[in-house]
Amino acid sequence: MSDIIKTENLTFSYLPDEGQEAVPALRGVELSVEQGSFVVILGHNGSGKSTLAKHMNAVLLPEGGTVWVDGMDTADEGLLLEVRRRVGMVFQNPDNQIVANVVEEDVAFGPENLGVPTEEIQARVANALKAVGMEEFTLHAPHHLSGGQKQRIAIAGVIAMEPACIVLDESTAMLDPLGRREVLDTVGRLNREKGITVVLITHHMDEAALADRVVVMDSGRVVMDGAPQEVLVRMEELRAIGLDAPHTVELLHGLRADGFDVPLDALGIQECAEAIVNALN
Amino acid sequence: MKPIMRVEHLTHTYGENTPFCRSAVKDVNMEILEGEFLGIIGHTGSGKSTLIQHLNGLLKPTSGKICLGDRDIWADPKKIRDVRFRVGLVFQYPEYQLFEETAYKDISFGPKNMGLDEGEIDRRVRAAAAFAGLGEDLLDKSPFDLSGGQKRRVAIAGVIAMEPEVLILDEPSAGLDPAGRRSLLENIRSYHREKGTTVVMVSHSMDEVAENVDRIVVLANAGVVMSGTPHEVFSRARELIDVGLNVPQVTQVAMALRERGVDIDPAVYTVPDLRRALGALKGGRKGC
Repeated sequence: MSDIIKTENLTFSYLPDEGQEAVPALRGVELSVEQGSFVVILGHNGSGKSTLAKHMNAVLLPEGGTVWVDGMDTADEGLLLEVRRRVGMVFQNPDNQIVANVVEEDVAFGPENLGVPTEEIQARVANALKAVGMEEFTLHAPHHLSGGQKQRIAIAGVIAMEPACIVLDESTAMLDPLGRREVLDTVGRLNREKGITVVLITHHMDEAALADRVVVMDSGRVVMDGAPQEVLVRMEELRAIGLDAPHTVELLHGLRADGFDVPLDALGIQECAEAIVNALN
Repeated sequence: MKPIMRVEHLTHTYGENTPFCRSAVKDVNMEILEGEFLGIIGHTGSGKSTLIQHLNGLLKPTSGKICLGDRDIWADPKKIRDVRFRVGLVFQYPEYQLFEETAYKDISFGPKNMGLDEGEIDRRVRAAAAFAGLGEDLLDKSPFDLSGGQKRRVAIAGVIAMEPEVLILDEPSAGLDPAGRRSLLENIRSYHREKGTTVVMVSHSMDEVAENVDRIVVLANAGVVMSGTPHEVFSRARELIDVGLNVPQVTQVAMALRERGVDIDPAVYTVPDLRRALGALKGGRKGC
């Protein structure tokens, strides 16, 4: 499988305040995202995860090193539109990414800018709204929708551009459990059924359990990288960098200390219950 | 404990006489007890935000009434401003509402509007900043030079500085990372403990509510569907799930264990409680 996104020794610093030293936000990130995979990037506030995400469709350009999107160098200005066509981004605050007064117009904004013919735009908008479960709101005004609904409109806007990869930069952070589940189900389905690569930036540990792969950032570096069952069980290390292990892991650690013979990597609720039942018998 | 606020038959309808007419809260009855730490939970669109905006008179009931003490807050509409000083509301993502040149000035905005003298304002700003977990060194900074979590603390301090009898926080920890969430909630808990005033926290994190509040009110479909202690509410986990809410992860594990025939209280909601319950079970089995 080829890599849709690849970073090589990526470094970046934000402009410092007058008289202050620049603090690097990224310190040499090496990361490859395989086409078609579902990757979760975890990290506390200030760990560099959003800065990394913004490099994935050239919202930010590297200070040092290179970012490749589908083989294209994001620093090449001539390729900017092509890069953004490949990788769509959904941001954290739904209120900051709605541009039109009617839902369908908002979703059509992206494909319109790509010069897609009108009939096809209509079909894409209808499909995209259906994919996020918002088809009944086609003619509604976005500002009357809830945060979760707005976020699904924003995702529909990205889907309508038919990107190879969607990057969600803490897009579930402002949603309630139901809204989060809808968004996660939506991107999960897009990943499985359409083969769209998903990069989900989050600090909700339970969302990480859904991914093929979990990447943990701290101080501008990748500090853990592996399957959820490998990464999420490292409770002490996660805690040390300001993250929490899922409660299931915490429970299993505790039970083991209490003399139960349980595995530590039964992350899911059902798996965890199964493991406890086995240990009880 | 006696009620400090009462909500009676509250209905609020948005967009009356338009095709988008919708009642966000419908015939809601509830009480807020003096000195309690109350959690309000509900999914998006359940009416939580509409409800709390009535508590300090930002929204006017379409029908029904809101009482603070024994008085209907709308009995004299000219006095609604006093209600807003007595019932402090911290919005969702309050950091977007900072506007002053320094954190200090921003926090002092409320007390200044109350017409307090300089000395009292200064005392309140410093006390509020301490409760919100803001260091003195941050007070002279521009709010825009602060981190997201610090900005939120400035906004919370701005409401605490009015020393309201009831402090309402709409999803205070939303969008913060786990460490930030833990520390902010610890600050809110100690504010409640030390001041002894009433705190109402709206949240959609069941785990967060489970670990912090004395009593929970559950909203769904524009009405109150349940209220009680966390233990009482989580013992009805199945119903919570049916109205589109999550229950704490630990409760989910307990439910899954029951489905597998393990005799365990379905209302346990913390890791230590479940460990204890399982430990007792194991010990019991050995004894047999």
